[in-house]
Amino acid sequence: MCLAIPGKIIEITSDATRSALVDVMGVRRKVDLGLLQEDKPKTGDWVLIHVGFAMSKISEEEALDQMHTLQMLGESEAAIEEVRGYGLEDLKEKRIT
Amino acid sequence: MKFVDEFRNPELITKTAEEIRRLTDPQRHYRLMEVCGGHTHAIYRFGLKDVLPENIDLIHGPGCPVCVLPMGRIDDGLSIAAQPNVIFAAFGDMMRVPGAHGSPLEHKARGADVRIVYSPTDAIKLAKANPGKHVMFFAIGFETTAPSTALTLQRAKAEGLENFSVFCNHVTIIPAIRAILDSPDMRLDGFIGPGHCSTVIGCRPYEWIASDEGKPIVVCGFEPLDLLQSIVMLLRQLKNGEAKVENQYKRVVPWEGNRAALKAMNEVFQLRPYFEWRGLGFISQSALRIRDSYAQWDAERRFNVPGIRITDPKAAQCGEVLKGVLQPAQCKLFAQECTPESPVGALMVSSEGSCAAFYNYQHRKPVTISNANLAAVV
Repeated sequence: MCLAIPGKIIEITSDATRSALVDVMGVRRKVDLGLLQEDKPKTGDWVLIHVGFAMSKISEEEALDQMHTLQMLGESEAAIEEVRGYGLEDLKEKRIT
Repeated sequence: MKFVDEFRNPELITKTAEEIRRLTDPQRHYRLMEVCGGHTHAIYRFGLKDVLPENIDLIHGPGCPVCVLPMGRIDDGLSIAAQPNVIFAAFGDMMRVPGAHGSPLEHKARGADVRIVYSPTDAIKLAKANPGKHVMFFAIGFETTAPSTALTLQRAKAEGLENFSVFCNHVTIIPAIRAILDSPDMRLDGFIGPGHCSTVIGCRPYEWIASDEGKPIVVCGFEPLDLLQSIVMLLRQLKNGEAKVENQYKRVVPWEGNRAALKAMNEVFQLRPYFEWRGLGFISQSALRIRDSYAQWDAERRFNVPGIRITDPKAAQCGEVLKGVLQPAQCKLFAQECTPESPVGALMVSSEGSCAAFYNYQHRKPVTISNANLAAVV
C-alpha cells in the first residue's frame, strides 16, 4: 500500500476520466491522473504511483532510482503484483474476482 | 529488468558515513526518529545501523498505518462484513492483521466475502460488477493514500453509486508527531521526515517542529544514501545548534506539497475530534472522517458499527515498541508466539512494522552496507 511505484506514461487514454496507460517495469496498466490535475503529465512523462493513482511527476533518472530502491528493498515483485492487480480497465478486459 | 542487490554510489556512501562520524560528538547520545515505516524497512534492509556510530540511535516512529490501527477498528469493519450481501474490500496489507476474532483472511475462510483490491477505485468497479451487493472499502493510510480515497468518493458521488461505502480509518501524520513529542518518556533530538507522505502535505506542516519544539527535521528519500545524507543534515543542524525543516528529497517532494490532492482531501474529509492509535492512545484531531456531504458513502453512518474497543494482548508490548521505549527483540513475544507468519501484534504484520523488519533482516542476514563489497559495485 505504501509502495511508490514509478511508471512511464505511454498514452493519455481519456481526458474525461483522467486516466493514462503506464508502463511499470514492462507491465502495462491504467492509472488515475486525478491527483495531478494542477500539473498535468503528458505522454512520455514519468510518474510515481500510489494505490493506482499517479501522485507526483518525476524525472526519468529519479524513476530509475526508484526502481532500483524497490529492487533493493526486495519489493519490486510486490510492486509488479500490485500493478497487475489494478483492475482499472473495463471489466470486459479483466474481471475482478 | 535485473533483480540485483547492489548499492549505488558506494564511494559516496563511504564518504557520507565518514562525514557522520566526523559530525558526531562522542560525548553525546543522539536519538533520531524515522517517522515513516518505509524508512524503518529500508534501515533494517540496508543494515544502516551497522554503519552508524554507536551513540546514534534510530527510533522507529508511528508511520506504519497498519501498525497504528487499533484492533477494535478491524473488528468494527469485520462486523459490517458479517452482514448479508456485503463485500469487504481492502488492500492486501490488511488481510492478515488480527482482529479479536481473527483477521479479514480468517473471516473469509469462515464465509465472509472479503476481497483484496490494489486501488480504491477497484472497489468502485467491484460495486458496479455486483449491483445486488454492497461493497465496503476499508480505507487506511496516512496522507499518502487519503487523497486517492477522497477522489474515489468524489467519483462515487458523481456517479450516484448506491451500493458503495468507505469505512474510513485515514490518519494524519502531524498530530502523531506532536503526541510523541508530548510524551514524557520520549527524548528525541531530531526527525527523519516521511518521504511520500510529504509529496502530498509538503514541508510546511513540519515547521512548528523546528520553531516551537526546537527539533530539526529532514524530509528524506528511501535509498541508503538518502537516509545517510539526511542523518548528516540532522547532525549538522544539531552541531550548529539549529532547528529547521530541510528537504533532502527535493527531487520528489515539492515544498508546497500536492495542492490537487490536498483540495480533494479537504472537500471529502474533516478532522475527527479524536481517534485511537495503537500504542499511542487517543490523539485529538489525528484522523479523518467523511464529511456530511458524503454521508451516504460513509460506512460508519450507513451501518450499525459497534464501536469495539479491545486492549492489545497483555503480553504483546507493541505500544512500548511503537514509542521506541523497547526494541522489538525486547518484547516477550518477539520471535516466540509472535512471528510474521503468525503475528500477535500489528508491528509484526506489515513489512513496514519495526518488529517484522527486525525479524526478517536479523534472521535473513541480508547484504548490508558494512558487508557489501562496495568497491565492486557501480
